[in-house]
Amino acid sequence: MNALAIQNLHKTYSNGFEALKGISLEVEAGDFFALLGPNGAGKSTAIGIIASLINKSSGEVTIFGHDLDRERELAKQQIGLVPQEFNFNQWEPVVEILVNQAGYYGIPRHKAFIRAEKSLKRLDLWDKRTSQARSLSGGMKRRLMIARALVHRPRLLILDEPTAGVDIEIRRSMWDFLREINGQGTTIILTTHYLEEAEVLCRNIAIINHGRIVEQTKLTRLLSRLQTETFVLDIRQDLTEVPDLAGYPMQLMDPNTLEVVVKREQTVNRLFAELSQRGIEVLSMRNKQNRLEQLFMDLVDRSRAEREVTAS
Amino acid sequence: MTRWSLYLTAYRTIVTKEILRFSRIWVQTILPPAITTTLYFVIFGKLIGERIGEMGGYSYIEFIVPGLILMSVIQNSYANVVSSFFSTKLQHYIEELLIAPVPNWVVLAGYVSGGVARGTIVGFVVTLISLFFTDLAIHSYAVTLLVFVLTSILFALGGFINAVYAKTFDDVSIVPTFVLTPLTYLGGVFYSIELLPGFWQTVSMGNPILYMVNAFRHGLLGVSDIDIGLALLIILGFILALTAFSLNLLQRGVGIKQ
Repeated sequence: MNALAIQNLHKTYSNGFEALKGISLEVEAGDFFALLGPNGAGKSTAIGIIASLINKSSGEVTIFGHDLDRERELAKQQIGLVPQEFNFNQWEPVVEILVNQAGYYGIPRHKAFIRAEKSLKRLDLWDKRTSQARSLSGGMKRRLMIARALVHRPRLLILDEPTAGVDIEIRRSMWDFLREINGQGTTIILTTHYLEEAEVLCRNIAIINHGRIVEQTKLTRLLSRLQTETFVLDIRQDLTEVPDLAGYPMQLMDPNTLEVVVKREQTVNRLFAELSQRGIEVLSMRNKQNRLEQLFMDLVDRSRAEREVTAS
Repeated sequence: MTRWSLYLTAYRTIVTKEILRFSRIWVQTILPPAITTTLYFVIFGKLIGERIGEMGGYSYIEFIVPGLILMSVIQNSYANVVSSFFSTKLQHYIEELLIAPVPNWVVLAGYVSGGVARGTIVGFVVTLISLFFTDLAIHSYAVTLLVFVLTSILFALGGFINAVYAKTFDDVSIVPTFVLTPLTYLGGVFYSIELLPGFWQTVSMGNPILYMVNAFRHGLLGVSDIDIGLALLIILGFILALTAFSLNLLQRGVGIKQ
């Protein structure tokens, strides 16, 4: 069963800007799905329409089989949203924000308090339950929005840039939490600018650019398309010139740092063997660019080139 | 959970949230109208009123008490909804309601009930204060309560529409300052329109607040410049029209959706 099905979704704003040009998308129940795209690509518009925050121009949205136009209330009950911007009453106590949100889904106050306690404890916010939301740190506010989105136990959780501006430790703990709830059966759709985040968490991916889906596939399938990878090697010796290694384009960044491009059909074993033969010792190695980032840029560039050709 | 239990819980949640909101800031919401009305009673009712003599067969302070109570109800019902709903838009937590399975009429009913709650509390406080200055003998409990509640609903709806269109804090204060206050003062709170020349009496009949003040005065004192049945019809007509308009605004997402 699909958690989300979008058919030919269009959105033109009142100023004439066409944000979505007929996108279609399917997300399977239980999936951890990434919706990626550059700024202004249409991600937030698509999410806004799914969450009923933005009126669509045309098209269909179905959530767990419930049409958003014809079975609006049933469809809405399935969704939890963590938006990009903080959108809670900054003056309200943390626990009240959760209890009120539960109330909007028909959960009475006494039950809502029990659920709020559980969520706040799980997200390390219980100590702050009586504090006004404005007094929380940025990371705490992000976690508060996740707790609020989950208080009615939605089957589909949509997160729009959930880890923007949070430190690495909190980001990792949020990843663990999201993996945990996905493991318990909640379908998750994630938009993020940290492509490492999408690569670590998601199984399927769609890339949107200029209001169109330019790619929708399994993450593993997408990564297998990578033709080359660029590695950065830390070298023990001080090199004065680029080692002469046929088939491995290299660049000396500084006397101890070498950048090497390795093609898909080549192996890093041979690279190391060749370097070793020349008396060059490699201390450590890392990818220059996140693999998904590289593909993402390729796809966005290709889409831009296609539009330029069409325009000319 | 049935659909109706969801609606009821959502409605209760909005009303509780609204009551908690204005109760937390009672120094801004409940205290100022109490002080202002006390000053009205002292200055207009006692100091000046004793020199004015009778109006409509009652002492001046007895005559102005109904109008002052209703003026507080009007201003506070309106102010509560306009400020609260505008804040939900400004801080974007209107999205909490937009994403939830709450029908528009429940949202409207919740906010209007919040406005009525504040109007009722302030009206009750002002009524208690008036008892320090004069005796209140209620002519008709039914008419008094009916006009009190209907007027409160009407102006809570007005506040809601104002909040939907408001984009800045200035937009929130323009209508109360330049429309509501003049209409209330010219709506027979402090005088009987019989005192006005014929032309201005006719002009005054175009002021809807005149009908509410007089209907409320009829409920408390049993005197009125206008027909009580007509007054109730006018109030109900406005309520129906503003409710339909508010629901239409919510349906189209004016001011809250792109």
